[in-house]
Amino acid sequence: MTGKEFLSDQEVRWCPGCGDYSILKQFTEVLATMGADPANTVVVSGIGCSSRMPYYVHSYGIHSLHGRAPAIATGIKLANPALDVWLITGDGDALSIGGNHLIHALRRNVGVPILLFNNEIYGLTKGQYSPTSKPGLQTKSTPTGSIDHPVNPLTLALGAGATFVARSMDRHPVHLRGAMTAAKEHGGAALLEIYQNCNVFNDGAFEVFTDKKTQSDHAIFLENGQPITFGAEGQRALILEGGQPVEVSLSDRSASECWIHDERDPMKAYALARMVGEIRPFGTLYREERPTFESQVHAAAHSTRSIEEVFALGRTWTVE
Amino acid sequence: MTEIRQHLVVLLAGDSGDGIQLLGSQLIRAAAQSGQDVRTLSDFPAEIRAPQGTVSGVSGFQFQIASETIFDPGDAADVFVAFNVAGWLKHKHKLKPGGILIASSDGFDARSKALAGLAPDEQPLEDAKHSHQVLEVDVKKITQEALKESALGTKEKNRAKNMTVLGVLSWMYGMSPAAMEADLTRQFSGEIAEANLMAFKAGYHLGETAEWTAYRKEVLQRHAAPGTYKTLSGSQGIALGIAAVAHQLARPVLYAGYPITPASDILHEVARLRPEGVRTFQAEDEIASITAAIGASFAGNLGVTASSGPGISLKGEGLGLAVMLELPLLVVNVQRGGPSTGLPTKMEQSDLLQALYGRHGEAPMPVMAIKRTGECVDDVLLAAKMAVEAMTPVLLLSDAYIANSAEPYRLPSPSDWSPIIPNVVEGKLPYHRNAEGVRPWTIPGTPGGEHRIGGLESEAETGNISYDPANHQAMIHTRAQKVQAVTRFYGPLCVEVGDAEGDFVVIGWGSTYGALRTAVENLRAQGLRITHLHLKHLFPLHPDLKPFLAGFQRVVVVEMNEGQLIRHLRAEGICSPAFIGKTSGQPFGAAELQARLATLIQAKS
Repeated sequence: MTGKEFLSDQEVRWCPGCGDYSILKQFTEVLATMGADPANTVVVSGIGCSSRMPYYVHSYGIHSLHGRAPAIATGIKLANPALDVWLITGDGDALSIGGNHLIHALRRNVGVPILLFNNEIYGLTKGQYSPTSKPGLQTKSTPTGSIDHPVNPLTLALGAGATFVARSMDRHPVHLRGAMTAAKEHGGAALLEIYQNCNVFNDGAFEVFTDKKTQSDHAIFLENGQPITFGAEGQRALILEGGQPVEVSLSDRSASECWIHDERDPMKAYALARMVGEIRPFGTLYREERPTFESQVHAAAHSTRSIEEVFALGRTWTVE
Repeated sequence: MTEIRQHLVVLLAGDSGDGIQLLGSQLIRAAAQSGQDVRTLSDFPAEIRAPQGTVSGVSGFQFQIASETIFDPGDAADVFVAFNVAGWLKHKHKLKPGGILIASSDGFDARSKALAGLAPDEQPLEDAKHSHQVLEVDVKKITQEALKESALGTKEKNRAKNMTVLGVLSWMYGMSPAAMEADLTRQFSGEIAEANLMAFKAGYHLGETAEWTAYRKEVLQRHAAPGTYKTLSGSQGIALGIAAVAHQLARPVLYAGYPITPASDILHEVARLRPEGVRTFQAEDEIASITAAIGASFAGNLGVTASSGPGISLKGEGLGLAVMLELPLLVVNVQRGGPSTGLPTKMEQSDLLQALYGRHGEAPMPVMAIKRTGECVDDVLLAAKMAVEAMTPVLLLSDAYIANSAEPYRLPSPSDWSPIIPNVVEGKLPYHRNAEGVRPWTIPGTPGGEHRIGGLESEAETGNISYDPANHQAMIHTRAQKVQAVTRFYGPLCVEVGDAEGDFVVIGWGSTYGALRTAVENLRAQGLRITHLHLKHLFPLHPDLKPFLAGFQRVVVVEMNEGQLIRHLRAEGICSPAFIGKTSGQPFGAAELQARLATLIQAKS
C-alpha cells in the first residue's frame, strides 16, 4: 500500500498551515514503507487537535478520552499484543490531564510508539497556555504571561523509566519519518516528541529549530556513535565537562575529543534532554531493551487453571 | 446435657489482630461441611492495625448455622465469644438475654479495661452476669501451656489463641475434631501448623475435661442437595463469575482494577485463581482501569473492572465513552458507606442513583444488583451476556455485605450456563445494527473491517464524526432503545416469598435479601398477606413489574439508603411506595425489619 492509500476517506479538518498535516503525511508514508497491515494497525488517541488523527488513517482507530489514550492502548496491547498500536497525543493531552497514564505506560514499557505533538499551546480549546508553554507566554488564560515552569517531556520520560526517548519536528519530513520508524522498531514504549507548529495560537514557537535558515545553528541532529556536531559546516560541537554539555569549535579541537553520542547512556541522555535553550538535540536520545509489559503478562498467563479447577480450588466437600 | 437446636447464632469479637475472621471462617466451613446451612456477617475496622485493645480496633464476625435453609446471619446472638473487653463493649447489645458470654480472661484484665476506656473499678464480666451466662476461659494461659514445648516466640504463641478458642467451640458445637485437624493441616505448615494443632487440641480437651456440658449446643445436620460444595464469599463469587464469563464467551477477559476497599478482593481473587482466559491488570488509577478495560473490549476481549464509591465516580468519564463506543464492558460497584471515603468497610446501597443517572449526557446502561453470595456467578454471567450480546456497558451492583458474607456454595456445572454469543459479523459498517439494534463487534485484526470510532458523536452506520443535529437525536434514541431491549435477557419476575397478590408487597434489592426474606416469612407466619419481591434488574425495570404490583394494596420499599429505589420507581411511574431505609453502615437484621414492617403496616391500616 502507498502512503496515500493509508489515508481514510474522511476530510482532514486541521487549520490551513497546521504542522499536523506534515505529521499525518509522514505517518502514512512510514506505515507504507514499513509494510503495515491496515487490518492489524490500531491508532489510538486522546483529545485535542493531534488526537483527531485516527479518523484520517485507514486502519482501526479509536479517538478516546482526554489524556487516557495510554491506558486504552495498554488495554488493547494486553488483549492482543500482535496488533500494531500507535498512540497519538499532544502536550496538554499527554503531559497535563494524562500525565499519570503517560508515566505508567512508559515505565511498564507497553509496546506502543507514542507520538507526542508538542505545540506548547491548547489549540482545540482555542489558545490557553499548556504545560509546555514558555514562561511569560501570553494566552487567553494568561493575559499577563504564564508563570508556570514548563514540563520537559524528555526528562519526564527518562525519569519515568522510558526505554526509548526521541525528538523530531513537523518541518523536517525525512528526519520525522526516520524517528517514527525508529520508535516503531524499538518495540517497547517509545516516546517521540514532535515539535509541531500551531500557526493560529502559537506561531513560530520552534522556528529557530525548524527554519532552514537558522536550523543548523540551533538543532543538533544526533547520530548514534557519531560526534555531536552542528552548525552550517558541522564546525560546532559539544563536549561534556563535569557532566554538562559545553559548546566548542572544531577549529580548536579534533573530532575525537567531541562527545560521541551513545544512546545507551542514560546519564548522557539526561544531559541532552536538559538542553532547553537555543540549542536542542533531535533524534534518539535514549534507548534500552526491556521486555514489553504485554509480553510479560502473556508469558505469565501460561499457568492458568481450567474452569473446573478454578471452581474446585480450595477446600471442598461432597454430599452424596 | 447437650441442647439440640435448629439454629445457632454466634458472635465472635476481639482485636483486629486476634484472628477473628480466620476463626469464623474455620467454624463456618466445618458447619457447612457437616451439612448445616450458614450465613455470615463480618464487621471490621478500616485500619489494618487499629490501636490494639481499643473499641475502634474491634473485629467482629457473626454467623448463623442451621439445620434448615436460612437467608440471614441471625439477629441476637446465642453465644458471644469475646477476646477482649473492647469487643464485648462494642457488641454486647447483640447478645440475647440469658445468652452465653465466653470471655477470654486475659482480654478482661486491668490493661484491657483501660485500653477500652473503662475505669479500674468497673467489672464488665460481673455486670454481664446479671443478664447472661458467663464462662471465663483463660485462653492465653491455656495456649501458652499447650505450646510450652514449641520453639515459637511468645508473640507467635499468643497468635494461636484463636485456635484454642476454635477447639473449645468445636467441642461445644459437636464439630468433628478430626475434620478440623485435617483442615488446619492443609492450611498451615511447619511450626505454625504444629502450634495451631496443639492449641486446637488443648481447647478441645478443655471442653471435654471441664465438662462444660451446660454450654453445649448442637445444631442438627440437614441433608443438603448432592454435589460438591465450598464456602464462598461474595468477592470470591464475583471472581468465579468472571472466570465463568471467559469460559462461556470463548474469548479472553481482561480484568483491570485499582486497589479500593471493599472491591480489591475481586482483583486478589481473580489474580489468585488464574482462570484460563482471564488476565488481570492493576492499573495506575480508577480511570486507567476502566479505560484499559474499554481498550481490551475494542480489541476483542471483554473488559471488566470493579470499584467502590469514589472509584466509580472516577470511572464515570469512561462509562460515557463506553456508551458512545457501544462496546461491551462490565463494571462492578461494590458499594460502601459514602459519600467520599465515608465508611470503607461498611455497607450501604447508596450508589443506586449514581448507577442509574450519574453520568454526563444521555447515557443509559443496564443496571443489575446481586442479592446474595450464592448468585454472584449467575449474575456476573448474565451481566456479561447482556454486555456482549447488546454491545453495552453494564453496571452490576454488589456491596460490602455481600463482598464479605460467606455461605455454602454448590459447585455448578458449566454445561448449565447459557452461551454468550457476540455479534461478530464480517463486512458490516461499525454502526450497522441488527434487528435488536446491536452493532457488530468488529475486532482489530479482521481484514476489511477497519473502522474508526470515538467519543465524538458517530454518524449512523459509518461511525465517522457527525455534528448533524438529526443524527445526534437519532443516535441518542437508538442507544436508549438498544438498552431498553435488554429486557429480552430477563427471566420471569418471581416473588421470593408470598403470593402474586395480597395486602402488602415489600420490594428490596441487593444485600437486604436475607433479612428481608426472613422478616417477611415471619410476618406471613403471623397471618399477614405480605409478599417479598426482590429486584435484580434496576434498569431497565422488569416489564412485568408495574402490572404485578397492581395485585397489592400497598407497596413498601426497603433499602439501605435514604430513598433511592423509591425515587426511581416514582420517576418511572411504577408506583409510589412507602419507605423503610437505613444508613448506619450496619445491615438490617431480620427482627429489626420485621418490627419496622409491622409498625408501618399498622400505621397504614
